[in-house]
Amino acid sequence: MSPKGVTLNTNSHKIKFARRFIRTLLRMRKNAPSSSSIEEIRKRSQRIKIAAYSSMAHAVGSRRAWSRAILFKLRNRARHHGMMRRRSMKKRVIKNDPPGDQSQTNKLRQLVPGGKAMDMCSLLEETAHYIRCLSTQVKVMQTIADHFSK
Amino acid sequence: MSSRRSRSTQSGVSRNITDDQITDLVSKLQQLIPEIRNRRSDKVSASKVLQETCNYIRSLHREVDDLSDRLSNLLATTDSDSAQAAIIRSLLM
Repeated sequence: MSPKGVTLNTNSHKIKFARRFIRTLLRMRKNAPSSSSIEEIRKRSQRIKIAAYSSMAHAVGSRRAWSRAILFKLRNRARHHGMMRRRSMKKRVIKNDPPGDQSQTNKLRQLVPGGKAMDMCSLLEETAHYIRCLSTQVKVMQTIADHFSK
Repeated sequence: MSSRRSRSTQSGVSRNITDDQITDLVSKLQQLIPEIRNRRSDKVSASKVLQETCNYIRSLHREVDDLSDRLSNLLATTDSDSAQAAIIRSLLM
């Protein structure tokens, strides 16, 4: 499907993610008041978490269903703020879940963005890519935190 | 186990999904999960792989939460402005 090698792919995602995420963090720090209350720190933590997932989804772009799902959710949140509730346009998707694995497969569908609408094959492929990107995201966040701790 | 043939019309591509394809994808997934990779046993059921995958994804989500908390706390205390270049440099290595 994708002609690029795995290493190349992950590296470019990693750098794109890092750039965007760090830019967001520095912007947050610039706007942060000098004395932060516990409540402000908690709220900022929530925003940092969203920025992390958002930056990774942007780095991957529309190439993957899971990243498209995240970007779609973010744009909807920004646009509608929960006001407009569209009737869900659900296509009839044949999922092909293996018998006996129902609960595990459903749990996986809930964990992977966009998983509910995928057929079994896509779900497994998307999960693999999602896990690779998630662990890259964690490693980068870890590096940044270590750097700031010095 | 008889192989099921079903057609998926998602994204306009019709695919015949066989059990073999799913088994293949499950084994690829297996390689990514540290729990299973470190145990070095070939006989892991698909159900177990899915279960460990869910656990692994949940643990990654938790790590993101913890790191977000940590970063939020750190953001309140750091001052250095040369942060960005230095971080990207260390990430590229």
